[in-house]
Amino acid sequence: MGDVANTEIIPMPRELAVVYNRADRIFRRIVTSGALTSLILLGLIGIFLFVKSAQIFNDRGLSFITGSNWTAGSGDGVILDDFSIGPMLTGTILVSLIALIIAMPLSIGGALYIEFYAQPKIRKVLSTLLDLAAAIPSLIFGLWGVVIFTSFGERWSALLNSRFGWVPFIRVQNEIFGRSPFLAGCVLASLIIPIITSVSREVFSRTPRDLIDTCYALGSSRWGAIRTVVLPFGKSGVIGGAMLGLGRALGETVAVYLLLNIVFRYNFRILESEGGNIASLIATKFGEATEYELKALIAAGFVLFMLTLVVNMLAATIVTRSTVRK
Amino acid sequence: MEMLKQGEIKMTQDSQTNVMVMEDDEVQRSAFRGLEAKNLHAWFGTHHVLSDVSLRFPERTVTGLIGPSGCGKSTFIRLLNRMHEFIPGAAMAGQVLQNGEDIYAPEVDAAAVRLKIGMVFQKPNPFPAMNIRENVLSGIKLAHLKVTDHDSIVENCLTRAGLWKEVKDRLNTTGGSLSGGQQQRLCIARSLAVEPSVLLMDEPCSALDPGSTLRIEETIKELAEKIAVVIVTHNMQQAARVSDFCAFFLTDGGPGYLVEAAPTKILFTNPSDSRTADYVQGKFG
Repeated sequence: MGDVANTEIIPMPRELAVVYNRADRIFRRIVTSGALTSLILLGLIGIFLFVKSAQIFNDRGLSFITGSNWTAGSGDGVILDDFSIGPMLTGTILVSLIALIIAMPLSIGGALYIEFYAQPKIRKVLSTLLDLAAAIPSLIFGLWGVVIFTSFGERWSALLNSRFGWVPFIRVQNEIFGRSPFLAGCVLASLIIPIITSVSREVFSRTPRDLIDTCYALGSSRWGAIRTVVLPFGKSGVIGGAMLGLGRALGETVAVYLLLNIVFRYNFRILESEGGNIASLIATKFGEATEYELKALIAAGFVLFMLTLVVNMLAATIVTRSTVRK
Repeated sequence: MEMLKQGEIKMTQDSQTNVMVMEDDEVQRSAFRGLEAKNLHAWFGTHHVLSDVSLRFPERTVTGLIGPSGCGKSTFIRLLNRMHEFIPGAAMAGQVLQNGEDIYAPEVDAAAVRLKIGMVFQKPNPFPAMNIRENVLSGIKLAHLKVTDHDSIVENCLTRAGLWKEVKDRLNTTGGSLSGGQQQRLCIARSLAVEPSVLLMDEPCSALDPGSTLRIEETIKELAEKIAVVIVTHNMQQAARVSDFCAFFLTDGGPGYLVEAAPTKILFTNPSDSRTADYVQGKFG
């Protein structure tokens, strides 16, 4: 047999390719253009922001990001333009982080309750309500925060301060607890809880049933099954949901505008009543900005844009890492 | 039926050693060592899926459950370790007795029942986030069992599942790196770690190639030296090869029921019901 095979002439390999028919070609073009559109839009927005803000970065360099002053010049050379967004950038991150830290356990707990503990009827009502809550405009949350939540929140803040005042982040200089990053973070948390809960519930519900059954068959409690199977399985999805929520918190404008005094001073004391974020800065200053100030605002927008891109890329890396390890 | 006779013989043997008077039905029942289903019914909501099944699974035997799809075999074994109740709207009637004690009695902890009556599923499903060693030990962790020598449990269970030689040098790799048949044997090892006295297997080989299937069957026979194994299978040759007793289930469109149960040889060569004969000869199903 081997001899015969050796003497045989091996034919030239012919490359094979899938040939799409007409309908497939057309459909392919449609879906490709759909995918491209979002990519191009993203690119164009980035380019627009960069081009419009190039002058600012040229003039001010890194101090635009690190400095803590926002002064519009008088135009006659007496007072010079001085624009930088340091405190707003850290404020954006601080408030969003507070929101995320508060929202994550509540969202994951809520999602687990709805998926694994709630009665079928309650489950249905709750998931409908969640989807509704995710669609409520942030302005409503902001109003609720100012009118109703602040009075509770101030009492919580006072309590936090009296118990944990020795923690540097929690200590305050003046015992005035309104309009603080903590309160804004709380309201932002309530704003992003619905979306994170909804996404988490969805991924938890896709846990393979036989894996959960296996835990039960090994004498596990429900919590044991959740810890062993559901949470590892849903991890990347939960991170994805958290990123959606974080994206919303980073860019949140109206609620933060209503809840925080914009103060251009670095503040990492979460109970102190000063702060601000980039989006609300832009909304506040946009109306009466000079031409140069407008460029500075667009530059601030560019920084926010890059921040969300970096955060999302970080999240994507975390997700791929955790899935590769499986 | 032969299976019941087997159980009865055991009972009278036990009763000789027991000082208590054996007239009482309760006491007689408690003398049966093993798992026993008495007049079991099952429902999904109002849908009656299993009707009046009584079967005994003596210690150190393999029982094959055969029958066409939808005849309630899987529901039946899920009743045997209280997995049925996880389905919303699930209901049951009858009794499941382990060594004479009703596992559905109100004071019984269902999780403790499942520790004693383990289960292996159709699809090999090692926990994806764990390595081989952690998979074997997962039941001990989940049930909060106090154990001192983890290494010997890992080795012992993997050996009983017929996997030790193949994986002893890579206990820290994930279960997903194994072949399908090896994964299923890992799942068997995982079930064994909590020392069940009965192992229920729901079509454990239906996703495996013939070679892996044979390895699992060898494993099952070895397991039966110590515990009772109940295996649901669609593969008649497998039932013939691996089981000591066989039970044939059927449905006429309504709830599934038990047609007959007998030692495997008799069920395959000389069944008392013509429908069993037709089924084992491959005339339907």
